[in-house]
Amino acid sequence: MSSNVSDFKTRATEKAGDLRHRSVIRTALRSYEIVRDKRKAAFQSWESARQAAAETKWEAVNHLDKHLEALTAKLEARGTKVHWASTGAQAREIIAQILRDKKARSIIKSKAMTSEEIHLNDALEKEGFTVVESDLGEFIVQLRHEPPYHIVFPSMHLTRGEIKDLFLKELGDAPSDSPEELTMVARRVMRQKYITADVGFTGANFAIAETGMISITENEGNARITAALPKTMITLMGIEKVLPRFSDLALFLPMLATAGAGQPMTCYNTMYSGPRQPGEVDGPEEWHVVLLDNRRTELLADAEQRDALHCIRCGACLNVCPIFRNVGGHTYGTTYSGPVGAVITPHLRGLQEWKHLSNASSLCGACTEACPVKIDLHHHLLQNRRNASASQPSFFEKLAYQVFGIVANEPAFWSLAKKIGWLTQPLQRAIKGSALDPAKAWTKTRDLPPQPRESFKDWWSNRK
Amino acid sequence: MSERNNILGRIREALKVSAPLPGLHGDTASAHRSTESPASHAREWLPSVGASSEEQVALFAKNAADLKADFQLFASRDELIIALIKLRDTEKWSRVASHGGGLTNFANKALGLPVTLTDHGYNVQEMEQCDAGITECDALIAQTGGVVVTSRSAGGRALSVLPPHHVVIAQRGQLVSDLPTAFANLQSKYAPDFPSMISFITGPSRTGDIERILVLGAHGPKKLTILCF
Repeated sequence: MSSNVSDFKTRATEKAGDLRHRSVIRTALRSYEIVRDKRKAAFQSWESARQAAAETKWEAVNHLDKHLEALTAKLEARGTKVHWASTGAQAREIIAQILRDKKARSIIKSKAMTSEEIHLNDALEKEGFTVVESDLGEFIVQLRHEPPYHIVFPSMHLTRGEIKDLFLKELGDAPSDSPEELTMVARRVMRQKYITADVGFTGANFAIAETGMISITENEGNARITAALPKTMITLMGIEKVLPRFSDLALFLPMLATAGAGQPMTCYNTMYSGPRQPGEVDGPEEWHVVLLDNRRTELLADAEQRDALHCIRCGACLNVCPIFRNVGGHTYGTTYSGPVGAVITPHLRGLQEWKHLSNASSLCGACTEACPVKIDLHHHLLQNRRNASASQPSFFEKLAYQVFGIVANEPAFWSLAKKIGWLTQPLQRAIKGSALDPAKAWTKTRDLPPQPRESFKDWWSNRK
Repeated sequence: MSERNNILGRIREALKVSAPLPGLHGDTASAHRSTESPASHAREWLPSVGASSEEQVALFAKNAADLKADFQLFASRDELIIALIKLRDTEKWSRVASHGGGLTNFANKALGLPVTLTDHGYNVQEMEQCDAGITECDALIAQTGGVVVTSRSAGGRALSVLPPHHVVIAQRGQLVSDLPTAFANLQSKYAPDFPSMISFITGPSRTGDIERILVLGAHGPKKLTILCF
């Protein structure tokens, strides 16, 4: 399990020193900040909107049982089949069983982080189903057999040249490295796949308890087509996605667009309330909605950090995080990266195995500041550190603080320690960062300032 | 059924301990909660829209232009039809897809082209080959420069996304000021029997997945034209 930590450290060291990676990410996120700030400034009061969004999510999450029951009743009343999955394995089996029942072969997918979370594609491909990601960024990383780099911008770590080479190798088609022409290649490839797919698969951005709807936010139109053409539609959503009222979307849709990509509104925000209804001309004959827990209820049970379930997956905290910008998305080794990933992954996948992510933070609070629903992200990182050391204290750390406590409480020891420090500092400098240095992880890249000849206390008593 | 009970049971167990109110860093003492919906004043916080209908038309035009949508306002339906025919000729349309409706029927007749109508079912391959999809809409929103379409009022789910050019025929009276108004109108018009799809379309399809550079027409229409009289 400690391999999570060593993998993280290895990848972080490698990425932080990778100049090409740094420049690609810096360019992409610089323009994000400029347009986002412009859009935020267009709000009459972004701060009041944030507070209202936080309170709406609070209301939703703290009455989750009531809202899920209302949502389910409304969806079922219009012919939608609702499934409940406690674990990723159950969700995968429910989805595979629908595909077997429908004798489906090919599935067209629009972007869904929940499906990454339960490793759905691998499971379906092992059963012989063909799964195609239709979102351009997801399609690119699928061709590369790697997970998305970022929850909103899956392929932001790649240059147009790399994508051109990838398309040439995998599709045999890439007229140039112009983003326009490469996008048109993907458009052409995908068109026939929509038409021939047996099943369309989507995620969900919001669900509305009041009206029984699933709302999907996207820019490309791929989810719109996915939900229009195939005869069967499957939607996978985390149970925390529900909002109380239809009118809440008037606030959340522009906020998601602004925080996520600096847009006034994302291009397509679409609310689905059922399969094809009587009198309608198209749409799926069957719609299955799979509600996924996958340890979200464990996070819910932690009242102190319950607000982490308010997350609308806009990615704003990743974009502003100095650690994310330096180590990159893949370094985390988790579905949800960046500050929010560091907060929720220990709850979703085990505190001791993922506690190191809480230390991948400077606690600068930029994430908390950026969050459109006011999740107390950097405090939660501190709480995860506290909880991790309380449940499994590190022997040496405990010993070090005990010794420090004794020394700091006794003036005689303290003054002795100062004198010893004076003698031992040159010795420490000789072994600094080497295998002999007990604090090498820290001292390898940091210098201690030299201890002054005269302490403040000495100076104070000698003054005049 | 059992997983449903398991999940709801875990939720109820978890919610026995109440969570601190948001934005207060755990300080519940100063919390004040009213009974109305927290988002009910959204209108006061979202981008401002201007008071008069002229200001709102101008705002819609500006927002649509920022989104790279083509918005044209006409004094009469006849002028709109002239512009539509001009569009047909400059883009060399040979077939369009559309649906029956008070505004679309007139437009389709004036175009004089073969039309794939969705009203009684349609062939997907045929729609995919059409040069444009011509639809009506439920509303234009000044605040965003976008339009609202539904599966019932705009010819189904695919018509507004499959053809490479989406042309919306609208009337000036369909312009609403902001998002809260658009949602309230949809609710009073349809609830509880909503169309199975309601879509807020804000500009033509786009992507920034390659180096965050904007490309129009990722999977949906490359062009969005809104003709209004």
